[in-house]
Amino acid sequence: MTRATHRSAEEIGRTELGPRPLPALGEPRSGREPATVDTVLDNGLRVIVARHGAVPMVELRVRIPFAGQDRMHPARAEVLAETLLTGTQRRNRVQMDTDLAAVGGDLHASVDPEHLGIAGEALASGMDTLLDVLGDALTGAVYADDEVAGERDRLVERIAVARSQPRVIAREELQKHRYGDHPFAREVPEAADVGQVTAEEVRELHSRAVVPRGATLVLVGDVDPERTVAEIARHLAGWHSESSAREMPTLPAVQGGDIRLVHRDGAVQSQLRLSAQGLPRTDPRYPALQIANLTFGGYFSSRLVENIREDKGYTYGAHSAFEFTPDSGSILVDADTASEVTAAALLETRYELGRLGLVPPTESEVESARQYAIGGLLTSTSSQSGLASMLATLATCGLGQEWLSAHPDRLRAVTAEEVAEAAWFWAPTAFTGVVVGDAEKLRDQLQALGGVTVP
Amino acid sequence: MVEPQLHRVTLPNGLRVVLAPDSGRGSSSPGGPPVVGVSVHYDVGFRSEPQGRTGFAHLFEHLMFQGSESLEKLAHFRHVQGSGGIFNGSTHQDYTDYFQVLPSNALERALFLEADRMRAPKITEENLRNQVDVVKEEIRLNVLNRPYGGFPWILLPPVLYSTFANAHNGYGDFTDLEQATVEDCAAFFDTYYAPGNAVLTIAGDIDVDQATDLVHKHFGDVPARPVAQRPSFSEPYPAQELRDRHADPHAPLPAIALGYRLPDPVAELDSYLANVVLAAVLSDGDASRLQQRMVHRESMVVDVHAGAGLMGAPLDARDPDTFTLTAIRTPEVDSARVVGAIDEELERIAADGPTAEELARVTARWSAGLYREHDRLMSRTLDLGSAELVHGRAELISELPSRVGEITAQDVAAAAKALRPDARAVLEIEPASEESSDGGAA
Repeated sequence: MTRATHRSAEEIGRTELGPRPLPALGEPRSGREPATVDTVLDNGLRVIVARHGAVPMVELRVRIPFAGQDRMHPARAEVLAETLLTGTQRRNRVQMDTDLAAVGGDLHASVDPEHLGIAGEALASGMDTLLDVLGDALTGAVYADDEVAGERDRLVERIAVARSQPRVIAREELQKHRYGDHPFAREVPEAADVGQVTAEEVRELHSRAVVPRGATLVLVGDVDPERTVAEIARHLAGWHSESSAREMPTLPAVQGGDIRLVHRDGAVQSQLRLSAQGLPRTDPRYPALQIANLTFGGYFSSRLVENIREDKGYTYGAHSAFEFTPDSGSILVDADTASEVTAAALLETRYELGRLGLVPPTESEVESARQYAIGGLLTSTSSQSGLASMLATLATCGLGQEWLSAHPDRLRAVTAEEVAEAAWFWAPTAFTGVVVGDAEKLRDQLQALGGVTVP
Repeated sequence: MVEPQLHRVTLPNGLRVVLAPDSGRGSSSPGGPPVVGVSVHYDVGFRSEPQGRTGFAHLFEHLMFQGSESLEKLAHFRHVQGSGGIFNGSTHQDYTDYFQVLPSNALERALFLEADRMRAPKITEENLRNQVDVVKEEIRLNVLNRPYGGFPWILLPPVLYSTFANAHNGYGDFTDLEQATVEDCAAFFDTYYAPGNAVLTIAGDIDVDQATDLVHKHFGDVPARPVAQRPSFSEPYPAQELRDRHADPHAPLPAIALGYRLPDPVAELDSYLANVVLAAVLSDGDASRLQQRMVHRESMVVDVHAGAGLMGAPLDARDPDTFTLTAIRTPEVDSARVVGAIDEELERIAADGPTAEELARVTARWSAGLYREHDRLMSRTLDLGSAELVHGRAELISELPSRVGEITAQDVAAAAKALRPDARAVLEIEPASEESSDGGAA
């Protein structure tokens, strides 16, 4: 590649003046706390409404605990989520979408082993329609035979597409490896099970499990919270049940142990997925754990990313994050790496895990992670949709806006000693996990490293 | 809602600056979130990279994070994140953007970081080799190791377009990436990264006068350099239907993509927007025509999507731009039936136009979607910057709902009529091994 005239890279990289000093930060300005009402309706539904932002939209999030022990539960729950919004006595599928679209709105249902979720939004002027469609579905979804049959067939194909994604394969293998046959591990239903689900079973599941007691509804927008709670109560007055929504049984703690190598045909890259036990979000040590996690691999300026991406070039992204249930938390570490460097990436990851406890985060590492955690709360909740999702997530652990507002101060109070203590949660022996990739290429090197079970 | 009032400055070195405060000049908004977005859009994308250097524009974007005169390697990330902010960059057909969203007390720091790399990026052999490895991992992650990787944005252009600029793979071939040199980087920077070839956007919790002073302070002495004449990438429409097939070793189900040429997004904006409306009438929501027929009534596809633009969003590129229709289809239904159904639905719209209700639905969803997108400061900042760069008018992002609202049924019918079978590309994705469709790990 040539251009007629240009400077050399050395010439481009320097000026007469030379390097300049980094400007100091200004005085931080604090934002306005959203006015929030957090209450429980007569039917047992917890409702959180926050006045936030200036755009004329409302954001809606509903989370219903939706666990089930039955072997067929994941398949029935998946079909239910896919057909919940496909028709009621008052509206067929097309009419639901037409009514929502008229107010710039949308509603989607999804399910995981813990929750049935309904998320949506509409122009603020159309909040009434949004709530009406929601209430209609919650109390009057009919699960017409042809809709259930159609979605069921489509789901079988979509499951095949999902299971061809390396990240889905790796997640399933990790869940099995960590939790065995606990219901928490059953995220994608079996296609064969989905094929057997009947409309009658879905209706029965709805009447038994789509219930308000124990569920949460979050609504965020430039709205009056008190009046909005009353509106919600009016629209959902017909939604009631004697039973409570079903929480997931307590998860067993993640035990450290061998990593399992899982073969995937034709893989050119491997998924490295490690996990250890953490703490619930409500634990007083959580803020220190949060800072330790960021320092290890929780953001770009972490030891793991600076090592295996910016120094070695083994991966595009390495991450470390928490996964919470109401009463527990685990640590998840992931990276995708070319087959040729997978073993080397695992070695470096283990090195960084060991180093976090032995060479604990320095004052400057702690400070950087602290600022990132505080700033991240600010940027991620500055939009209406961001705040709605955050409040819905916190609600699953029984927390709310007060916890969110107080969290920056909790982070400010964390000392380097507390972070050094928390760092031991990342001890290499605390971790287990899976590597999914081309076993023919990976086996010998991983076996030589040790701590890996190979097929 | 109060639309952000825009302010503009052009520095003597040619840098265009757009300022979009939450509130009016001189008063920092007391109630808005104390966050600020800063972006720089350079007027060069992967269509400008030379033959033998596919993927170079994107590789170069990575190198812009690798240090500059005042900043060692890793310093950029650490300063942004250590100030509580987030950062990223992305490479498109016609531009490359870099951005930060941070607490507003870090505004000056963000401007310093952007100015330093606009003035004097430090490009070294070691960092280049490191980032070639990182980019190859990115391509394995997003293309080579997964089903439907690069579908359709990498796979469709070589079928629809004939010139290298429009047809080639913007992520790059590994051999081209490996051959990139520090000398190439120097040439690319001096050719395309002049201040006069860039737009700086600052949005959110700012005081306009104070922010303008800071812009002068940090960008004022970035030396002016000549800006190369931007080439036209236009090429004739296809004279026939163009077809190709691609074997995907990871895909469990066959897929199909149709590609059509769009009106010039800048010179023929309203005709272009008629295509945006058409795409929504076709595939947005359960009440849309293709969802109703192809997914629900006739169960021939698992998913179908129509859209203006190759990279997932309309109005992201200059001419030529692409209207895409993609579907993952069930193996029991052959592709001719899928294409036949699409053609029939396009003919119906071409003959009768959409209904008034369909138009109203699209307009309401479009307005709501924009409100929502622009409520996120990152999206607002980036959209202002790209609209200023591509269209010369950042205001466009607030005007779009009313302009979309003025699109008539006749306009949409005309758009449907212009999507001609004899001037399109048809790409079929074939699963490489039929028996591996359970997709499970052995």
